[in-house]
Amino acid sequence: MLEKVLYGSKRYYTWIVFLMIIIIFGFTAYLEQFNTGLGITGMSRDVTWGLYISQFTFMVGVAASAVMVAIPYYLHDHKTFGPIVILGEFLAVAAVIVCMLFILCDMGQPTRFLNIVLHPTPNSVMFWDMCVLLGYLLLNLIIGWTILGADKKGISAPHWTKVLTYIAIPWAVSIHTVTAFLYAGLPGRYYWLTAIMAGRFLASAFAAGPALLIILCLILRKYTSFKTSKEAIQSLAVIVTYAMIANVFFFLLEVFTAFYSNIPGHMAALQYLFVGLNGHNNLVPFMWTAAILAFLGIGLLLVPSMRRNEKVLTIALAAVFIAAWLDKGIGLVLAGFVPNSFERVTEYIPSSTELAIVLGVYAIGFLILTILYKMVVAVREQSMVEH
Amino acid sequence: MNRRDFLKVIAAAGIGGIVVMEGLDDFRVEAAEMNKDSNALQAKHWGMVIDISKFQKPEDIQRVANACHQYHNVPDIKDPKHEVKWIWKEDFEHAFAEMESKYLSEKIKTMNFPVLCNHCEEPMCVRVCPTKATFKRPDGIVVMDYHRCIGCRYCMAGCPYGARSFNFIDPRPHIGMMNHDYPTRAIGVVEKCTMCVERLNKGLKPICVEVSRGGIIFGDLNDPNSEVRKVLRSNFAIRRKAELGTGPSVYYVIGGDEEGA
Ligand code: SF4
Repeated sequence: MLEKVLYGSKRYYTWIVFLMIIIIFGFTAYLEQFNTGLGITGMSRDVTWGLYISQFTFMVGVAASAVMVAIPYYLHDHKTFGPIVILGEFLAVAAVIVCMLFILCDMGQPTRFLNIVLHPTPNSVMFWDMCVLLGYLLLNLIIGWTILGADKKGISAPHWTKVLTYIAIPWAVSIHTVTAFLYAGLPGRYYWLTAIMAGRFLASAFAAGPALLIILCLILRKYTSFKTSKEAIQSLAVIVTYAMIANVFFFLLEVFTAFYSNIPGHMAALQYLFVGLNGHNNLVPFMWTAAILAFLGIGLLLVPSMRRNEKVLTIALAAVFIAAWLDKGIGLVLAGFVPNSFERVTEYIPSSTELAIVLGVYAIGFLILTILYKMVVAVREQSMVEH
Repeated sequence: MNRRDFLKVIAAAGIGGIVVMEGLDDFRVEAAEMNKDSNALQAKHWGMVIDISKFQKPEDIQRVANACHQYHNVPDIKDPKHEVKWIWKEDFEHAFAEMESKYLSEKIKTMNFPVLCNHCEEPMCVRVCPTKATFKRPDGIVVMDYHRCIGCRYCMAGCPYGARSFNFIDPRPHIGMMNHDYPTRAIGVVEKCTMCVERLNKGLKPICVEVSRGGIIFGDLNDPNSEVRKVLRSNFAIRRKAELGTGPSVYYVIGGDEEGA
């Protein structure tokens, strides 16, 4: 099937070349980091995790969200999702690979990464996170590849893929739960130390992931022969709507607990995010943007006439996606380090090298996604011709 | 990447892993041999009591910190974002932020508190480490295997005391006077106070205790007759963030003329 990716339109090649250039750019930046150390990033003794880990966290959510297509289709026989389950599965594959690359970029001693496998440590959540991510990657790759292979031959997929898809559903929930547990069990980091963390993670993932998937479907519809039905898009949009409402609701629960209890440790990070703390307020504009976009997105999605208009829908989905990204891909990880163990505030500003590496990793993700989607489109085109 | 290249990468990665493991084995043997020393100081639960009255002047902590940092080849990096420190000075309001009070006595407010790794009984750094590079010894000391550390910094997120430093930049050019009897660290690994395990093996107390002029009392918290326990029996002692359940093994007493506190 891989041969399908070699032939494409001029637009396709331009896109691939564009991604390649960014990847090379990012890779050069990574070599610089590899040679000089993580001191080249904006991270510090106080803010020990930055964009790499926050992007990792966000992308685990995108990966997990494939389940929002799989559950209606496999468990509730929601037929309209039939053609796009594979898009969800391949989005998950690309997202998990991006996650793994971000982890690698974040390591101080990347050449020792095998130590996690050589010295398995069940008391570390990071060990479990590696296990579930690896498992999830394999599951989706095998399921997607087999289904597409069967499609190509015009036969139905072997029965065991069905078993795997059932396994993949709770597995998807597990990857984001375990990722939330990375944070939710640390004493003294009050912004993270909350029982609702995994719930928040899943809600935000089930909003942002399908939002991205719809946008991808709309792009495919515009530029390729892969036409996702209006019904499928509308069903997914409803999922995005309620997941985002749950996400905002969970966040407001945090705000209530922190401010009604009036416990300084619980309030500090939220204050830092929305009004600034001790004169430090780098993230304030980002968080207010997130808040406005979240409400805008929900507002537009809730009104059926707006949601049905695909132009408005696109804006609403972009708003939801960006809001979720600012909240989880920026605020969540960084604010956990504020204030530090000595009640001081150190701020973090990513360096240009760091940004280049982040872009490079995302470009790799897009390249993988493009290749996988290209195969899907080509196989579907072929079967349309044959039948 | 074709299949052969892929296999090559896997093979190379495997060999890399074996090299790492062999390195570790050497380390283990060395550690075991050192333990055989009959002079070695032994305990069930090593701990410290820091007598703040002996650290009235900032120089008192500086002297201790310098001795520790020189002994352990801790680099002197000025940039606070990248600095590496094992023991250093904080004031009460920052070291014990959770005990803040508007009407703190002037004396307490201006006192200096040496802070360091607390060698917790329930160390979060050990719990989160994905490679067991940080581990707790049977004598309660929390130490690290720098050769195994992958530099993920999860322990730094986990430690509620800010006791850990990461080598963001190459530490070696920043070591003032090299102590050739003690290893240096590579870039990209975490490090912290080791309670001088290598000195204990030779029958010596930690270097900070030695130069503290009685300011740091060291001993077995498990032994009711030890000096630390004697001090704790007759003094009001506090620990940093004990409410988190980490069980810090470093106690602070105001010491000297207690009423003054
Ligand atoms: S103080 Fe921090 S580094 Fe030291 S043992 Fe406790 S958790 Fe680990």
